[in-house]
Amino acid sequence: MDFGQFVSYIASGTVFTVGVTLIALPSGLLVGSILALLYVYGGKTAARVMKVYSTIFRGIPPIVLLFILFFAVSKGINLSAFWAGSLSLGMVSSAYQMEIVRGSLLSVSGDQLMAARAVGLSRLQAIRYVVLPQAVRLAIPPWSNEAAIIIKDSSLVYALGVPEILRRAQLIGASSQRYLLAYLSAAIIYFLLVFATTRLLELLENKLTIPSNP
Amino acid sequence: MPKPILTIKNLTKTYGKNVIFQNLDLTVNEGNTIVIIGPSGTGKSTLLRCINLLTRPNSGQIWLDDLEITAKGTDEDQVRQHIGMVFQNFLLFNHLTALGNVKLGLTKVKHMSEEAATQKAMHELSRVGLADRANHYPGQLSGGQQQRVGIARALAMDPRVMLFDEPTSALDPELIGEVLEVMRQLALEGMTMLVVTHEMGFAREVADRIVFMEKGYIVEEGSPDEMFNHPKFDRTREFLWKITELYGKKEKEAK
Repeated sequence: MDFGQFVSYIASGTVFTVGVTLIALPSGLLVGSILALLYVYGGKTAARVMKVYSTIFRGIPPIVLLFILFFAVSKGINLSAFWAGSLSLGMVSSAYQMEIVRGSLLSVSGDQLMAARAVGLSRLQAIRYVVLPQAVRLAIPPWSNEAAIIIKDSSLVYALGVPEILRRAQLIGASSQRYLLAYLSAAIIYFLLVFATTRLLELLENKLTIPSNP
Repeated sequence: MPKPILTIKNLTKTYGKNVIFQNLDLTVNEGNTIVIIGPSGTGKSTLLRCINLLTRPNSGQIWLDDLEITAKGTDEDQVRQHIGMVFQNFLLFNHLTALGNVKLGLTKVKHMSEEAATQKAMHELSRVGLADRANHYPGQLSGGQQQRVGIARALAMDPRVMLFDEPTSALDPELIGEVLEVMRQLALEGMTMLVVTHEMGFAREVADRIVFMEKGYIVEEGSPDEMFNHPKFDRTREFLWKITELYGKKEKEAK
Protein backbone atom coordinates (compact mmCIF):
# COMPACT_ATOMS: atom_id res chain seq x y z
CA MET A 1 0.00 0.00 0.00
CA ASP A 2 1.54 3.29 -1.05
CA PHE A 3 1.37 6.54 0.85
CA GLY A 4 -1.47 7.98 -1.20
CA GLN A 5 -3.71 4.96 -0.57
CA PHE A 6 -2.78 5.02 3.08
CA VAL A 7 -3.83 8.61 3.58
CA SER A 8 -6.90 8.42 1.38
CA TYR A 9 -8.13 5.43 3.36
CA ILE A 10 -8.07 7.56 6.49
CA ALA A 11 -9.40 10.64 4.71
CA SER A 12 -12.42 8.81 3.38
CA GLY A 13 -13.61 8.71 6.99
CA THR A 14 -14.22 12.44 6.62
CA VAL A 15 -17.64 11.63 5.21
CA PHE A 16 -18.69 10.29 8.61
CA THR A 17 -16.97 13.05 10.56
CA VAL A 18 -18.70 15.68 8.47
CA GLY A 19 -21.93 13.70 8.57
CA VAL A 20 -21.97 13.50 12.37
CA THR A 21 -21.09 17.20 12.61
CA LEU A 22 -23.76 18.20 10.10
CA ILE A 23 -26.39 16.42 12.15
CA ALA A 24 -25.20 17.28 15.66
CA LEU A 25 -24.39 20.95 15.11
CA PRO A 26 -27.55 22.16 13.33
CA SER A 27 -29.88 20.04 15.46
CA GLY A 28 -28.11 21.37 18.56
CA LEU A 29 -28.49 24.89 17.19
CA LEU A 30 -32.18 24.48 16.46
CA VAL A 31 -32.99 22.93 19.83
CA GLY A 32 -30.56 25.22 21.67
CA SER A 33 -32.01 28.38 20.10
CA ILE A 34 -35.59 27.43 20.87
CA LEU A 35 -34.67 26.56 24.45
CA ALA A 36 -32.68 29.79 24.80
CA LEU A 37 -35.67 31.85 23.66
CA LEU A 38 -37.83 30.01 26.19
CA TYR A 39 -35.17 30.52 28.84
CA VAL A 40 -34.97 34.27 28.31
CA TYR A 41 -38.55 35.14 27.34
CA GLY A 42 -40.61 32.20 28.58
CA GLY A 43 -41.10 33.25 32.17
CA LYS A 44 -39.80 31.85 35.42
CA THR A 45 -40.99 28.26 35.13
CA ALA A 46 -39.54 27.82 31.67
CA ALA A 47 -36.27 29.35 32.83
CA ARG A 48 -36.08 26.86 35.68
CA VAL A 49 -36.72 23.89 33.41
CA MET A 50 -34.12 25.12 30.93
CA LYS A 51 -31.61 25.53 33.68
CA VAL A 52 -32.07 21.92 34.73
CA TYR A 53 -31.76 20.78 31.11
CA SER A 54 -28.57 22.74 30.68
CA THR A 55 -27.06 21.48 33.92
CA ILE A 56 -27.81 17.84 33.15
CA PHE A 57 -26.55 17.77 29.58
CA ARG A 58 -23.47 19.80 30.30
CA GLY A 59 -22.71 17.52 33.20
CA ILE A 60 -22.63 14.25 31.25
CA PRO A 61 -19.62 13.31 29.12
CA PRO A 62 -20.80 12.97 25.50
CA ILE A 63 -19.36 9.48 25.24
CA VAL A 64 -21.39 8.25 28.22
CA LEU A 65 -24.56 9.62 26.66
CA LEU A 66 -23.54 7.99 23.42
CA PHE A 67 -23.21 4.59 25.11
CA ILE A 68 -26.53 5.02 26.86
CA LEU A 69 -28.22 5.88 23.60
CA PHE A 70 -26.57 3.11 21.63
CA PHE A 71 -26.46 0.19 24.06
CA ALA A 72 -29.52 0.89 26.20
CA VAL A 73 -32.05 2.98 24.34
CA SER A 74 -31.39 1.86 20.76
CA LYS A 75 -32.49 -1.67 21.67
CA GLY A 76 -36.05 -0.51 21.44
CA ILE A 77 -35.89 1.89 18.50
CA ASN A 78 -33.16 0.32 16.40
CA LEU A 79 -30.77 3.23 16.22
CA SER A 80 -27.61 2.81 14.15
CA ALA A 81 -24.24 3.65 15.66
CA PHE A 82 -23.96 6.65 13.35
CA TRP A 83 -27.30 8.08 14.43
CA ALA A 84 -26.85 7.31 18.10
CA GLY A 85 -23.55 9.15 18.01
CA SER A 86 -24.86 12.12 16.05
CA LEU A 87 -27.92 12.53 18.23
CA SER A 88 -26.13 12.27 21.55
CA LEU A 89 -23.56 14.81 20.42
CA GLY A 90 -26.43 17.01 19.26
CA MET A 91 -28.12 16.76 22.65
CA VAL A 92 -25.03 17.71 24.59
CA SER A 93 -24.32 20.47 22.10
CA SER A 94 -27.86 21.83 22.36
CA ALA A 95 -27.21 22.62 26.03
CA TYR A 96 -24.01 24.48 25.21
CA GLN A 97 -25.58 26.25 22.27
CA MET A 98 -28.53 27.23 24.44
CA GLU A 99 -26.10 28.97 26.78
CA ILE A 100 -24.39 30.70 23.84
CA VAL A 101 -27.67 31.99 22.42
CA ARG A 102 -28.99 32.90 25.86
CA GLY A 103 -25.89 34.97 26.56
CA SER A 104 -26.22 36.84 23.28
CA LEU A 105 -29.93 37.43 23.78
CA LEU A 106 -29.37 38.79 27.26
CA SER A 107 -26.63 41.14 26.20
CA VAL A 108 -28.87 42.70 23.54
CA SER A 109 -32.18 42.59 25.38
CA GLY A 110 -33.28 45.05 28.02
CA ASP A 111 -32.90 48.54 26.62
CA GLN A 112 -33.11 47.56 22.95
CA LEU A 113 -36.28 45.62 23.63
CA MET A 114 -37.74 48.57 25.53
CA ALA A 115 -36.89 51.00 22.72
CA ALA A 116 -38.56 48.70 20.22
CA ARG A 117 -41.68 48.41 22.37
CA ALA A 118 -41.75 52.19 22.73
CA VAL A 119 -42.02 52.51 18.95
CA GLY A 120 -45.08 50.27 19.09
CA LEU A 121 -43.63 46.90 18.14
CA SER A 122 -45.16 43.91 19.87
CA ARG A 123 -42.93 41.79 22.08
CA LEU A 124 -42.59 39.17 19.37
CA GLN A 125 -41.77 41.77 16.72
CA ALA A 126 -39.25 43.44 19.01
CA ILE A 127 -37.49 40.13 19.57
CA ARG A 128 -37.57 39.23 15.90
CA TYR A 129 -36.58 42.53 14.32
CA VAL A 130 -34.43 44.15 16.98
CA VAL A 131 -33.01 41.61 19.43
CA LEU A 132 -32.36 38.58 17.20
CA PRO A 133 -30.43 40.31 14.41
CA GLN A 134 -28.03 41.74 16.97
CA ALA A 135 -27.86 38.56 19.07
CA VAL A 136 -26.94 36.44 16.04
CA ARG A 137 -23.91 38.63 15.41
CA LEU A 138 -22.79 38.32 19.00
CA ALA A 139 -23.26 34.57 18.96
CA ILE A 140 -20.96 33.84 16.02
CA PRO A 141 -17.58 33.88 17.82
CA PRO A 142 -18.63 31.57 20.68
CA TRP A 143 -20.58 29.45 18.22
CA SER A 144 -17.48 29.00 16.10
CA ASN A 145 -15.87 27.60 19.23
CA GLU A 146 -18.70 25.13 19.65
CA ALA A 147 -18.47 24.10 15.99
CA ALA A 148 -14.78 23.28 16.45
CA ILE A 149 -15.58 21.22 19.53
CA ILE A 150 -18.27 19.23 17.74
CA ILE A 151 -16.04 18.46 14.74
CA LYS A 152 -13.41 17.10 17.10
CA ASP A 153 -15.89 15.32 19.39
CA SER A 154 -17.37 13.55 16.38
CA SER A 155 -14.35 11.28 16.74
CA LEU A 156 -16.11 9.76 19.76
CA VAL A 157 -18.35 7.69 17.49
CA TYR A 158 -15.26 5.63 16.71
CA ALA A 159 -15.99 3.87 19.99
CA LEU A 160 -19.12 2.41 18.37
CA GLY A 161 -17.21 1.28 15.32
CA VAL A 162 -18.34 3.99 12.90
CA PRO A 163 -15.55 4.08 10.30
CA GLU A 164 -14.76 7.75 10.64
CA ILE A 165 -11.28 9.33 10.55
CA LEU A 166 -9.99 8.18 13.91
CA ARG A 167 -11.40 4.69 13.55
CA ARG A 168 -9.73 4.28 10.16
CA ALA A 169 -6.43 5.64 11.45
CA GLN A 170 -6.56 3.09 14.22
CA LEU A 171 -7.32 0.23 11.83
CA ILE A 172 -4.72 1.05 9.24
CA GLY A 173 -2.18 1.95 11.90
CA ALA A 174 -2.59 -1.47 13.48
CA SER A 175 -2.48 -3.41 10.24
CA SER A 176 0.56 -1.54 8.89
CA GLN A 177 2.27 -0.86 12.21
CA ARG A 178 2.72 2.76 11.08
CA TYR A 179 0.92 4.35 14.00
CA LEU A 180 2.62 7.71 13.94
CA LEU A 181 1.84 8.28 10.28
CA ALA A 182 -1.73 7.10 10.78
CA TYR A 183 -2.56 9.31 13.74
CA LEU A 184 -0.63 12.25 12.34
CA SER A 185 -2.72 12.00 9.17
CA ALA A 186 -5.87 11.92 11.28
CA ALA A 187 -4.67 14.93 13.28
CA ILE A 188 -3.97 16.93 10.12
CA ILE A 189 -7.37 16.10 8.61
CA TYR A 190 -9.18 17.16 11.81
CA PHE A 191 -7.11 20.30 11.97
CA LEU A 192 -7.93 21.22 8.37
CA LEU A 193 -11.65 20.66 8.96
CA VAL A 194 -11.67 22.84 12.07
CA PHE A 195 -9.47 25.47 10.48
CA ALA A 196 -11.68 25.76 7.40
CA THR A 197 -14.83 25.96 9.52
CA THR A 198 -13.61 28.62 11.93
CA ARG A 199 -12.12 30.60 9.05
CA LEU A 200 -15.48 30.55 7.23
CA LEU A 201 -17.27 31.69 10.36
CA GLU A 202 -14.72 34.45 10.80
CA LEU A 203 -15.49 35.66 7.29
CA LEU A 204 -19.19 35.56 8.09
CA GLU A 205 -18.58 37.51 11.29
CA ASN A 206 -16.65 40.18 9.39
CA LYS A 207 -19.30 40.36 6.73
CA LEU A 208 -22.02 40.90 9.33
CA THR A 209 -20.12 43.43 11.43
CA ILE A 210 -22.11 46.62 11.86
CA PRO A 211 -20.08 49.60 10.61
CA SER A 212 -18.97 52.07 13.23
CA ASN A 213 -16.34 54.72 13.62
CA PRO A 214 -13.30 53.71 15.64
CA MET B 1 -60.98 75.81 25.85
CA PRO B 2 -57.67 73.89 25.73
CA LYS B 3 -57.95 70.24 24.82
CA PRO B 4 -56.17 67.85 27.16
CA ILE B 5 -54.14 65.17 25.39
CA LEU B 6 -52.77 63.50 28.48
CA THR B 7 -54.66 63.41 31.72
CA ILE B 8 -53.08 61.75 34.73
CA LYS B 9 -55.12 61.22 37.87
CA ASN B 10 -54.06 59.86 41.22
CA LEU B 11 -51.17 57.96 39.73
CA THR B 12 -49.12 55.89 42.17
CA LYS B 13 -46.08 53.76 41.46
CA THR B 14 -44.22 51.70 44.02
CA TYR B 15 -41.49 49.11 43.82
CA GLY B 16 -42.08 46.93 46.85
CA LYS B 17 -42.17 49.30 49.80
CA ASN B 18 -40.34 51.95 47.84
CA VAL B 19 -42.81 54.64 46.80
CA ILE B 20 -41.69 56.28 43.56
CA PHE B 21 -44.60 58.70 43.37
CA GLN B 22 -48.02 58.92 44.91
CA ASN B 23 -51.38 60.35 43.90
CA LEU B 24 -49.89 62.33 41.09
CA ASP B 25 -52.11 64.55 38.91
CA LEU B 26 -50.97 66.13 35.70
CA THR B 27 -52.65 67.39 32.55
CA VAL B 28 -50.94 68.09 29.27
CA ASN B 29 -52.94 70.17 26.81
CA GLU B 30 -52.69 69.98 23.06
CA GLY B 31 -49.74 71.87 21.65
CA ASN B 32 -48.22 72.52 25.04
CA THR B 33 -44.69 71.84 26.15
CA ILE B 34 -44.51 70.78 29.76
CA VAL B 35 -41.08 70.58 31.34
CA ILE B 36 -40.63 68.41 34.43
CA ILE B 37 -37.70 69.29 36.62
CA GLY B 38 -36.51 67.96 39.93
CA PRO B 39 -33.64 66.17 41.65
CA SER B 40 -32.69 62.74 40.38
CA GLY B 41 -34.52 59.81 41.93
CA THR B 42 -37.82 61.68 42.23
CA GLY B 43 -39.66 59.47 39.79
CA LYS B 44 -39.61 61.68 36.69
CA SER B 45 -38.35 58.94 34.37
CA THR B 46 -40.64 56.38 35.95
CA LEU B 47 -43.55 58.73 35.33
CA LEU B 48 -42.71 58.89 31.62
CA ARG B 49 -42.40 55.12 31.49
CA CYS B 50 -45.77 54.74 33.14
CA ILE B 51 -47.33 57.06 30.59
CA ASN B 52 -46.36 54.88 27.65
CA LEU B 53 -46.97 51.73 29.66
CA LEU B 54 -43.39 50.50 29.63
CA THR B 55 -43.96 50.26 33.36
CA ARG B 56 -47.34 49.58 34.91
CA PRO B 57 -48.49 52.04 37.56
CA ASN B 58 -49.89 50.50 40.75
CA SER B 59 -52.98 52.64 40.81
CA GLY B 60 -54.48 55.72 39.24
CA GLN B 61 -55.56 56.51 35.70
CA ILE B 62 -54.03 57.90 32.56
CA TRP B 63 -56.06 59.10 29.59
CA LEU B 64 -54.67 59.64 26.15
CA ASP B 65 -57.25 61.92 24.58
CA ASP B 66 -60.50 60.22 25.63
CA LEU B 67 -59.06 56.74 26.01
CA GLU B 68 -58.18 55.45 29.44
CA ILE B 69 -54.96 53.62 28.66
CA THR B 70 -54.58 52.26 32.19
CA ALA B 71 -57.88 50.39 31.85
CA LYS B 72 -57.74 46.61 31.82
CA GLY B 73 -57.52 45.08 28.38
CA THR B 74 -55.90 48.12 26.76
CA ASP B 75 -53.85 47.22 23.70
CA GLU B 76 -50.46 48.48 24.87
CA ASP B 77 -48.86 48.25 21.44
CA GLN B 78 -51.66 50.33 20.04
CA VAL B 79 -51.23 52.98 22.74
CA ARG B 80 -47.46 53.21 22.34
CA GLN B 81 -47.79 53.97 18.65
CA HIS B 82 -49.41 57.25 19.62
CA ILE B 83 -46.83 58.19 22.24
CA GLY B 84 -43.33 59.03 21.06
CA MET B 85 -40.49 58.35 23.44
CA VAL B 86 -36.97 59.75 23.37
CA PHE B 87 -34.45 58.16 25.72
CA GLN B 88 -31.53 59.56 27.61
CA ASN B 89 -29.18 57.01 26.03
CA PHE B 90 -30.78 57.33 22.56
CA LEU B 91 -31.33 53.56 22.33
CA LEU B 92 -31.15 53.46 18.56
CA PHE B 93 -31.32 50.00 17.04
CA ASN B 94 -27.62 49.38 16.56
CA HIS B 95 -27.93 47.03 13.62
CA LEU B 96 -29.98 49.44 11.51
CA THR B 97 -29.00 52.60 9.67
CA ALA B 98 -30.53 55.93 10.64
CA LEU B 99 -33.10 55.35 7.90
CA GLY B 100 -33.70 51.77 9.09
CA ASN B 101 -34.26 53.00 12.62
CA VAL B 102 -36.92 55.47 11.54
CA LYS B 103 -38.51 53.03 9.09
CA LEU B 104 -38.88 50.02 11.37
CA GLY B 105 -42.04 51.20 13.12
CA LEU B 106 -43.53 52.37 9.84
CA THR B 107 -43.14 49.04 8.07
CA LYS B 108 -43.73 46.67 10.98
CA VAL B 109 -46.28 48.54 13.07
CA LYS B 110 -48.04 50.76 10.55
CA HIS B 111 -47.55 48.22 7.75
CA MET B 112 -46.58 50.90 5.25
CA SER B 113 -45.07 49.87 1.94
CA GLU B 114 -41.30 49.98 1.61
CA GLU B 115 -41.40 53.09 -0.60
CA ALA B 116 -43.93 54.98 1.47
CA ALA B 117 -41.98 54.20 4.63
CA THR B 118 -38.71 55.34 3.07
CA GLN B 119 -40.33 58.56 1.92
CA LYS B 120 -41.84 59.25 5.31
CA ALA B 121 -38.62 58.33 7.14
CA MET B 122 -36.56 60.61 4.91
CA HIS B 123 -38.99 63.41 5.62
CA GLU B 124 -38.56 62.91 9.36
CA LEU B 125 -34.77 62.73 9.04
CA SER B 126 -34.85 66.02 7.13
CA ARG B 127 -36.89 67.54 9.94
CA VAL B 128 -34.04 66.83 12.34
CA GLY B 129 -31.44 67.87 9.76
CA LEU B 130 -30.00 64.42 9.11
CA ALA B 131 -31.17 63.48 5.63
CA ASP B 132 -27.52 63.27 4.57
CA ARG B 133 -26.80 60.73 7.29
CA ALA B 134 -29.64 58.37 6.38
CA ASN B 135 -27.34 55.48 5.51
CA HIS B 136 -25.08 55.81 8.53
CA TYR B 137 -25.23 53.32 11.37
CA PRO B 138 -25.61 54.58 14.95
CA GLY B 139 -21.96 53.73 15.56
CA GLN B 140 -21.01 56.17 12.84
CA LEU B 141 -22.97 59.07 14.28
CA SER B 142 -22.16 61.53 17.04
CA GLY B 143 -24.26 61.48 20.21
CA GLY B 144 -26.18 64.54 19.10
CA GLN B 145 -26.90 63.00 15.72
CA GLN B 146 -27.98 59.74 17.33
CA GLN B 147 -30.41 61.58 19.56
CA ARG B 148 -31.84 63.46 16.60
CA VAL B 149 -32.38 60.13 14.84
CA GLY B 150 -34.09 59.00 18.05
CA ILE B 151 -36.40 61.99 17.80
CA ALA B 152 -37.07 61.32 14.10
CA ARG B 153 -37.85 57.68 14.91
CA ALA B 154 -40.47 58.76 17.43
CA LEU B 155 -41.87 61.51 15.18
CA ALA B 156 -42.30 59.13 12.26
CA MET B 157 -45.15 57.41 14.07
CA ASP B 158 -47.09 60.71 14.12
CA PRO B 159 -47.55 60.58 17.87
CA ARG B 160 -50.15 62.56 19.78
CA VAL B 161 -47.54 63.44 22.37
CA MET B 162 -43.76 63.19 22.63
CA LEU B 163 -42.05 62.16 25.86
CA PHE B 164 -38.44 63.19 26.36
CA ASP B 165 -36.51 61.50 29.16
CA GLU B 166 -33.48 63.71 29.82
CA PRO B 167 -32.69 63.80 26.11
CA THR B 168 -29.47 65.76 26.49
CA SER B 169 -28.07 64.36 29.74
CA ALA B 170 -25.80 61.85 28.02
CA LEU B 171 -24.42 64.36 25.53
CA ASP B 172 -21.20 66.30 25.45
CA PRO B 173 -21.95 69.98 26.12
CA GLU B 174 -21.19 71.05 22.56
CA LEU B 175 -23.74 68.56 21.18
CA ILE B 176 -26.63 69.61 23.42
CA GLY B 177 -27.52 72.65 21.33
CA GLU B 178 -28.40 70.77 18.16
CA VAL B 179 -30.82 68.51 20.02
CA LEU B 180 -32.47 71.36 21.92
CA GLU B 181 -32.83 73.26 18.65
CA VAL B 182 -34.78 70.36 17.14
CA MET B 183 -37.00 70.23 20.22
CA ARG B 184 -37.54 73.98 20.14
CA GLN B 185 -38.60 73.68 16.50
CA LEU B 186 -41.05 70.89 17.39
CA ALA B 187 -42.60 73.02 20.10
CA LEU B 188 -43.02 75.86 17.61
CA GLU B 189 -44.73 73.50 15.19
CA GLY B 190 -47.27 72.76 17.89
CA MET B 191 -46.15 69.28 18.95
CA THR B 192 -47.39 68.33 22.39
CA MET B 193 -44.38 67.52 24.52
CA LEU B 194 -43.60 66.33 28.02
CA VAL B 195 -39.92 66.87 28.73
CA VAL B 196 -37.82 65.79 31.69
CA THR B 197 -34.67 67.87 31.59
CA HIS B 198 -32.16 69.90 33.54
CA GLU B 199 -31.77 72.39 30.70
CA MET B 200 -33.13 75.49 32.38
CA GLY B 201 -32.55 77.67 29.31
CA PHE B 202 -34.84 75.38 27.34
CA ALA B 203 -37.40 75.28 30.13
CA ARG B 204 -37.48 79.04 30.46
CA GLU B 205 -37.80 79.73 26.73
CA VAL B 206 -39.90 76.86 25.45
CA ALA B 207 -42.03 75.52 28.28
CA ASP B 208 -45.64 76.56 28.61
CA ARG B 209 -45.56 75.16 32.09
CA ILE B 210 -42.81 73.93 34.38
CA VAL B 211 -43.53 71.18 36.88
CA PHE B 212 -41.20 70.82 39.85
CA MET B 213 -41.20 67.28 41.21
CA GLU B 214 -39.48 66.08 44.33
CA LYS B 215 -39.63 62.85 46.32
CA GLY B 216 -42.57 61.59 44.32
CA TYR B 217 -44.71 64.70 44.63
CA ILE B 218 -45.36 67.69 42.44
CA VAL B 219 -44.16 70.51 44.66
CA GLU B 220 -45.19 73.31 42.37
CA GLU B 221 -46.11 74.01 38.79
CA GLY B 222 -46.54 77.17 36.84
CA SER B 223 -45.43 79.23 33.89
CA PRO B 224 -41.70 79.80 33.50
CA ASP B 225 -42.19 83.36 34.71
CA GLU B 226 -44.00 82.22 37.86
CA MET B 227 -41.51 79.49 38.56
CA PHE B 228 -38.33 81.45 37.93
CA ASN B 229 -39.41 84.83 39.22
CA HIS B 230 -42.12 84.30 41.83
CA PRO B 231 -42.07 80.71 43.05
CA LYS B 232 -44.55 80.03 45.86
CA PHE B 233 -42.25 77.68 47.73
CA ASP B 234 -38.74 78.20 48.98
CA ARG B 235 -37.83 74.68 47.90
CA THR B 236 -38.65 75.55 44.27
CA ARG B 237 -36.58 78.72 44.45
CA GLU B 238 -33.68 76.86 46.01
CA PHE B 239 -33.70 74.07 43.43
CA LEU B 240 -34.02 76.42 40.47
CA TRP B 241 -31.26 78.61 41.79
CA LYS B 242 -28.92 75.68 42.25
CA ILE B 243 -29.63 74.08 38.91
CA THR B 244 -29.46 77.35 36.98
CA GLU B 245 -26.15 78.13 38.61
CA LEU B 246 -24.76 74.69 37.79
CA TYR B 247 -26.05 74.33 34.25
CA GLY B 248 -25.69 78.02 33.48
CA LYS B 249 -21.97 77.60 33.98
CA LYS B 250 -21.95 74.53 31.76
CA GLU B 251 -23.85 76.37 29.04
CA LYS B 252 -21.43 79.28 29.16
CA GLU B 253 -18.48 76.91 28.93
CA ALA B 254 -20.08 75.24 25.96
CA LYS B 255 -20.37 78.54 24.20
